[in-house]
Amino acid sequence: MQEGQTSAGSLEFDIVAAGKEAILAALVALGLTIFMLGFRATDAPGGLQLATRFDWVAIGVLCVFAGRFLIALLRQKKEKSGSFLGKGKPAQKEQGTETASQISDRLKRVKRFSHLIGLAMVAAAIFLPLSPIADRYIVDTATLVVTYVMLGWGLNIVVGLAGLLDLGYVAFYAVGAYSYALISQYYGLSFWVCLPLAGLLAGTFGIILGFPVLRLRGDYLAIVTLGFGEIIRVVLINWYSLTGGPDGISGIDRPSFFGLPFARVAKDGETFHQFFGLDYSSMHRILFLYYLILIMALLTNWAVLRLRKLPIGRAWEALREDEIACRSLGINPTNTKLTAFAIGAMFGGFAGSFFATRQGFISPESFVFIESAVILAIVVLGGMGSQIGVVFASVVLIGGFEFFRDLDEFRMLAFGGAMVLIMVWRPKGLLSFREPTITMSADPPPGKDGQQSPRPVGDAA
Amino acid sequence: MTGKTLGKTALLTVEHLTMRFGGLTAVDDVSFQAHSEAITAVIGPNGAGKTTMFNCITGFYSPTVGRLQLCRAQGENFFLERLPGYDIAGKAGVARTFQNIRLFPQMTVLENLIVAQHRVLMKASGMTVFGLFGFPSYRRREKEAVDFARYWLDRIDLLDRADVEAGHLAYGQQRRLEIARAMCTNPVLLCLDEPAAGLNPRESGELNELLLSIRNQEKVGVLLIEHDMSVVMEISDHVVVLDYGRLIAEGNPESVRNNPDVIRAYLGEEEDEALPEVIARDLAHHKDSGEGSTHA
Repeated sequence: MQEGQTSAGSLEFDIVAAGKEAILAALVALGLTIFMLGFRATDAPGGLQLATRFDWVAIGVLCVFAGRFLIALLRQKKEKSGSFLGKGKPAQKEQGTETASQISDRLKRVKRFSHLIGLAMVAAAIFLPLSPIADRYIVDTATLVVTYVMLGWGLNIVVGLAGLLDLGYVAFYAVGAYSYALISQYYGLSFWVCLPLAGLLAGTFGIILGFPVLRLRGDYLAIVTLGFGEIIRVVLINWYSLTGGPDGISGIDRPSFFGLPFARVAKDGETFHQFFGLDYSSMHRILFLYYLILIMALLTNWAVLRLRKLPIGRAWEALREDEIACRSLGINPTNTKLTAFAIGAMFGGFAGSFFATRQGFISPESFVFIESAVILAIVVLGGMGSQIGVVFASVVLIGGFEFFRDLDEFRMLAFGGAMVLIMVWRPKGLLSFREPTITMSADPPPGKDGQQSPRPVGDAA
Repeated sequence: MTGKTLGKTALLTVEHLTMRFGGLTAVDDVSFQAHSEAITAVIGPNGAGKTTMFNCITGFYSPTVGRLQLCRAQGENFFLERLPGYDIAGKAGVARTFQNIRLFPQMTVLENLIVAQHRVLMKASGMTVFGLFGFPSYRRREKEAVDFARYWLDRIDLLDRADVEAGHLAYGQQRRLEIARAMCTNPVLLCLDEPAAGLNPRESGELNELLLSIRNQEKVGVLLIEHDMSVVMEISDHVVVLDYGRLIAEGNPESVRNNPDVIRAYLGEEEDEALPEVIARDLAHHKDSGEGSTHA
């Protein structure tokens, strides 16, 4: 930044500039905190009294000052090292000069790395309940996290791949939950029969939502999907005769292990612990639910990864990139969008029926807008379209949310702060790398006749 | 060349094509033919209605009046004005490129070409079901699609860039890739909207060779809008000139080049000695068409 310093090549910092910046930030913090933290209305005999907490204000302002100062220094350091050593982002910048073999090497490295991480995470998820730290609380939290992972993977189809910003995803979660609850209540069908039905119903609702929004993009689409999510919730509240309105539905059938219920005693037949000759433990059901959602989530992941490498998945991504170009290539944008909505909604529906069977009780209160926002935040923070990113983001958001439970009212603050920090550090999400769905290097040229014109694949069509 | 190609049945027959936007008539009663294995250039000053006509042919606008008939070699006939946009590309076999390049920038070069083969692969994947479970028939088709893409990457000299994001390519490479992507839909008619825009003379020369080889080897018809006269005069077999939405001349490059109407409207304002008179006529013409359009 400064000529004298930079020519010497030293890493001296411009303390004054950083200090100015920090003081400015501290002033803003002072303005904000003086009323919110500085004064407090307390109950006192004869009415409310104003208590002051200026020490809190001081702490807050000092924190902001120190933080901003550090950020400013870090940025200076980054600028300097970037300009001197060219440390910037070599992989991105030099892509134009990479040779084909370097590109394929890089892709292979990344692929191997993501495979390793994926395997490690699956292993960790499988062995988590067997580890000594696993108590009921941990497994319950893990179940919750995995549910959100599954929801995130489902929404990833719509938002990450097809690029359709959906703020009403929780509607499909609700449809799935209520489908299972109502079908099992009215027709007495078991969880395993209801699960596909719930998925189908949610998928149908996805298409119903899809039709009116086909022509919309971006912000407009987001607003309509937001409205759709609210419509579903309001219908659930007001259709008292069917859904029980705000009272919700209780006594929902719990899942059984291939017909063996998790209960102390069964009305007819054996229970799980009797069949396997175990002592009754309430942990059995908790563990079963955990592994159930884990399997469902992994199946979702498998399906999404497969779909991505199929023509339909590539069409979704192409649609995200350029809808007009898609039309000029013979891709039907209507069908492509509807399938994205339907398949995304279907996975939401599966997760919803799991939610219903796990809770045993559902009410419209579980399906408010903030749920949609959290799921969307998971997808965006994870890095749009990245499967592993969704896992990281769920662990950070949902797990972190539980972790900070002791902080009471500051929990939301920590939550918001974490989101801001992630977005500052990684504006494209935790993992923003996009793995190509197909590579030339994976598929070596067919010998010498690479020069000859192969028959166009479309000849028969 | 022109005489030879005109003898065959036309690939695309445009009849009385008219496109109005409210009071503005962008394309006014245009009729012409484009032939297979021939390069038909559409030229005209800015705002002459060339791109509007393209958008009508490729289904992005539905024309107010007119018929667009496409006759494929197998004897299939399509009336393009009745087809939805994606079927014009997918069924009738009319591919296009765009004036401002429209690639899928975050997808790799290879993926761009695979997406172009969507309809065939979609069918092969059994509407996703077979593909989801990795049926060998689908895998074979996908491999064929990669081979076809490789063939085109080789033709446009981008084989070593196959796994790079399309958005990272240089401008000229992106232009070539867009043409290759259009060719990967296996079209009978390739519509290019100003393919030489922004290319340097060397790249422009390469483009000429590519277009000629597409005409000669792939046996498709090429319909191209172009401002670059060197491209138009060198490679086109037939030239259609539009001005204010009307077709003012048609013929081989030589005859069009010498047509006084064309010279007046487009090519040579500075070549013309009687400049004031030309401007006067031009203005009168403008006024006429202006009044005409307000009545319409």
